[in-house]
Amino acid sequence: MNHWIVVPVILPAMLAPLLVLAVRHSLTLQRVFSAVGTAALVAVSLGLALRAAGGGPEIYELGNWPAPFGIVLVLDRLSALMLLLTGLLAAAVLTYAISSGWDARGRHFHPLFQFQLMGVNGAFLTGDLFNLFVFFEVLLIASYGLMLHGGGAERLKAGVQYIVVNLAGSTLFLFAVGTIYAVTGTLNMADLAVKVQQVAPGDEALLRVGALLLLVVFAVKAALVPLHFWLPGTYANAPAPVAALFAIMTKVGAYSIIRVYTLVFGAGAGDGAASAGDWLLPAALVTLVLGTAGVLGAGGLMRLICYALIASMGTLLTAVALFTPAATAAALYYLVHSTLAAAALFLVADLVAARRGRFGDRLEAAPRFAQTGLLASLFFLAAIGMAGMPPLSGFLGKLLVLDSARGGEATAVIWTLILATSLVTIVGFARAGSALFWKSAALEGRIEAAAAARPVLPIVATAAVLAGMVVLSALAGPVTGFLEGTAEQLYAPAGYIEAVLGAERAAGG
Amino acid sequence: MELLVASGIGAMTAAGVYLLLRARTFPVIIGVALLSYAVNVFLFATGRLAVHRPPVISDDAAGYTDPLPQALVLTAIVISFGMTALVTILALRAYLECGTDAVDTPELDATAQEWGIQTGPAGEAAEAERR
Repeated sequence: MNHWIVVPVILPAMLAPLLVLAVRHSLTLQRVFSAVGTAALVAVSLGLALRAAGGGPEIYELGNWPAPFGIVLVLDRLSALMLLLTGLLAAAVLTYAISSGWDARGRHFHPLFQFQLMGVNGAFLTGDLFNLFVFFEVLLIASYGLMLHGGGAERLKAGVQYIVVNLAGSTLFLFAVGTIYAVTGTLNMADLAVKVQQVAPGDEALLRVGALLLLVVFAVKAALVPLHFWLPGTYANAPAPVAALFAIMTKVGAYSIIRVYTLVFGAGAGDGAASAGDWLLPAALVTLVLGTAGVLGAGGLMRLICYALIASMGTLLTAVALFTPAATAAALYYLVHSTLAAAALFLVADLVAARRGRFGDRLEAAPRFAQTGLLASLFFLAAIGMAGMPPLSGFLGKLLVLDSARGGEATAVIWTLILATSLVTIVGFARAGSALFWKSAALEGRIEAAAAARPVLPIVATAAVLAGMVVLSALAGPVTGFLEGTAEQLYAPAGYIEAVLGAERAAGG
Repeated sequence: MELLVASGIGAMTAAGVYLLLRARTFPVIIGVALLSYAVNVFLFATGRLAVHRPPVISDDAAGYTDPLPQALVLTAIVISFGMTALVTILALRAYLECGTDAVDTPELDATAQEWGIQTGPAGEAAEAERR
């Protein structure tokens, strides 16, 4: 048994209590521990990714209880990819939060940050449906704290809405899990994949209800229309580095959809399973359109980015909804890209808002501010990445999605909507950029931001996220090769099931 | 017994959903609590209802009830209890800071202003003074 698999969960889980109990009085020590822990997490995720790329799924039995009786963590190519993405994003965001002083604006930023990482990593690794619920709760509870970091009336108001929506979502998750358990008698995902095929004829409808309830829960997390309304208020009012980290949270929803509806309720699941794609595709296309409309209508930069993020979830879930290996590989490429693009945009928005004084992130002309040229270029790069213009990875991602949609029933609709919304997104970002950077050049005077000392490190952290997109475009060949392998592994769930249950039970049930 | 449990879950869920859709935080919190009660009973019932059956192995047991849902319910109770406490405190803080307990209805505040009603702590202070 490879003990490294549990490290991405255990490491932040140990570090967070240490931060909150032992070193809570010293911000410097907290920063050091948190940074070292996150760096170690990146190293471990990288090692796990290399390992997963070379072999089949590996399992870690918690407490050495054999599956399906105990809980297993499963490392396959998909979970390794998500772990690595989380680690890299967390490292950049933490650098930004420390160097810009965001972590000093409230208490317990670092412990909450580590708990958040624990929840996200756990959700990516677990092979048990109820355990997925528990890790969802861990990441949500930490996100409540992070979202409220720094306080303030507007943030608190948005926080109450965010928490209530997610509490309702958690309740639905429990209803879904309960229904599935009542029908199949198991919650281990690999065991479920076997049991779902042998469901008694009378119970099929109940199983379908459970499967679709689960889809609703994941759709809340993935901000799929009509369950997206919590996202703009929450992310726009959250501290910007936290919003950048939250870019991975919507992807937890997308990951769960990919995992559950390829493994458990996939093609082999028979009549009892619901075809998630039929529901997902229209919802994803509407998400794309509504998100893009929001990009045009937003009055502030943060809110504009939130809607761009919703639109990108629309593109991503459109590709997921096709449920073919090629489309899933495209979806995963776009997933990595959209996480980086959204995070970079949130960080740029914070850099701009910090320099515009009382004008904040509102999209209106204000006098010139410090480092306008540099920030304008960063914004330009991040915006063309998000809109999907060449040469950055957004273009390649959308190209892959379009290519994988070719030949299906809905090709014309998908192509039209993705291309049209891309154009509208470009218009939206151009409008925002001209209001923030160009029109300001025409005005008299200068804004002297209160923070006279302008640290370099936040800009470096933002540039690093942008560089991630450049690397993703430059290495598109090897990356898509890896992702095609990932998709193949997802659509041949026998390997996963055999790794968890052993060859004998996987065949006989 | 099945009918009783099922209709109990249904009634609690219906009331919970209704309250969840109200415009003020207090009914919303009660709604969340009711929903979590409903789901706890629901989870408990997923192992089928059995009377006088032990969940753990004993020598003189005629049969067993499914122990797993009981463990799941325990986890769900702990989480939902903690979350209800958190959302209560948070709603209180939001009320004190914003001066209103409306969840997402700017109109409520606007109406109150139109009628000259002060909401929130300031309003209560004014009320106390008038008395």
